Amino acid sequence: MKKESSAAGKILTVFFVLLCLLWIFPIFQVVVNSFKSNASINTNAFSLPDENSFVGFQNYLKGMTFGNYPFLKSVGYSLFITVASVVLILLFTSMSAWYIARVNSLVAKAFYYLCLFSMIVPFQMVMFTLTFTADNLKLNTPWTIPIVYLGFGAGLAIFMFVGFVKGLPLEIEEAAAIDGCGPVRTFFLVVLPMLKPTLISVGILETMWVWNDYLLPYLVLDRTKYMTIPIHVQYLKGSYGSVDLGATMAVIMLSIIPIIIVYIFCQKYIIKGVAAGAVKG
Amino acid sequence: MRKKKNDGTAVNSVLIRRPIQRWFPLFILPTFLCFIIGFIWPFIQGIYLSFCNFNTPRDAKWVGFANYIKAFKDAGFVHAFQNTAAFAVVSIVLINVLAFFIAYALTQRIRGANLYRTVFFMPNLIGGVVLGYIWAMIFDAILKRYSTYLTANSTYGFWGLVILVAWQQIGYMMIIYIAGLQSVPEDMLEAAKIDGATGWQTLTKVIIPNVMPSITICTFLTLTNSFKLFDQNLALTGGAPQVIMNGAKVNMTELLALNIYSTYNISKNWHGAAQAKAVVFFILVAVLAIAQQTATRRKEVQQ
Repeated sequence: MKKESSAAGKILTVFFVLLCLLWIFPIFQVVVNSFKSNASINTNAFSLPDENSFVGFQNYLKGMTFGNYPFLKSVGYSLFITVASVVLILLFTSMSAWYIARVNSLVAKAFYYLCLFSMIVPFQMVMFTLTFTADNLKLNTPWTIPIVYLGFGAGLAIFMFVGFVKGLPLEIEEAAAIDGCGPVRTFFLVVLPMLKPTLISVGILETMWVWNDYLLPYLVLDRTKYMTIPIHVQYLKGSYGSVDLGATMAVIMLSIIPIIIVYIFCQKYIIKGVAAGAVKG
Repeated sequence: MRKKKNDGTAVNSVLIRRPIQRWFPLFILPTFLCFIIGFIWPFIQGIYLSFCNFNTPRDAKWVGFANYIKAFKDAGFVHAFQNTAAFAVVSIVLINVLAFFIAYALTQRIRGANLYRTVFFMPNLIGGVVLGYIWAMIFDAILKRYSTYLTANSTYGFWGLVILVAWQQIGYMMIIYIAGLQSVPEDMLEAAKIDGATGWQTLTKVIIPNVMPSITICTFLTLTNSFKLFDQNLALTGGAPQVIMNGAKVNMTELLALNIYSTYNISKNWHGAAQAKAVVFFILVAVLAIAQQTATRRKEVQQ
């Protein structure tokens, strides 16, 4: 590999620092504007807050109840839906994937190929009919929507798990069987721990999907009662002629902060998980 | 039949297979039932309803190909298709070229590479709707200096969306390119150096052929991402501005996915046409995906 001469190295460093600043700039603007009054954002969104435009945490207070729907309620629903859906997906698809990889019967194979097929079907293809089905089966609440997520998200998860299980040595499971482990205990005590890297990858991909998903919950949930964070943000912007930009920026800030905190701590896993998922997908 | 399809491990061990098969209701059934609810049934019903006039599935009336004809006669749909194709081409080139060169520079042992990587990847974690509003605020603030605004002109909306998506996806593709670049064999690079290859020669003759798999993956992802783009499109411009073209309302910055959605919301007379558009959209995405996969496989055989 070519060693960078110090001059070239310096130029590269300057270039990347500038590029990073450019990358952070939009987020930085949100932070700044969330502390400014609505009028000052409207006249100059790029100015830094001064004595006249600085409003402290007023925007945040307003954002909490803005649009006649408590923001924390949306956060709560988002959290519940994401955690429940991801746990459900990880548990059931890994079980199914193990069955598919080990049994290899006609039914198992058919299911596997249907899963592959579902990966190339865009959500728009099924969104209207999925709404009808979810309504009919009363899956239109935050407590039941994880079932819809498991159904629509099963494809990618099963694909990734099957790929991994096929690479696991069969001898370990045979040894467990000889020692008297039934399939259920073999799976939970022997196979599941070995699946850990894939569990992390799939978990991260599905979390990013469900947490940020707008359209599926928007169509499926009863919107008068339940909102998630993306629906809430869209609702703030969509339902008012002249929007309170300050409060909107505060709400956007509140919805980004948890993601960034999680990202800072789990960066390594997230980047690895994404790379693994992409290479397989 | 089972003998023929013995892919690697598994299958032959009676010790494992038989006992699991007995647990079918636990291991397969829950996922499969949800899969039917969340995918198979809506998919089948979606194809059926694309041939019907309907408000809800209960009052569906068979109309044959009328919805498809209506969909293709809709100027908004045709425009959205052209828009999406143009958007896909521009964003595939832009994102991949920039992501590749950033990844290349970051693998040249520069200081702080990890920090830069972290920053570039960050926008991926933020949802499309939120991203759309952040950028709408920024574009509007910039355009205000020229006494105009984002949804005044479809050119602004189009390039605004390109910038937004590039900002979001470059980091993602960069990660994949970095992984590819790191797997280029060290001895090959050394051999190139000993043979007196210039930096450019090494890049084009040694590195790029070796990261071809990453390039294929990234073009595939950017292609399908731009065809399926919805949230960002909705939040940034929502399709505005709307103009009248040959007597039909056309949302100038609408991409296909958003066009399907807004067609459905026009009135119940358009439900069937919206579903027909969705089927056309599905076929388009599926053909692109399969074409890309076959191309990849052919390349893999050659290697």
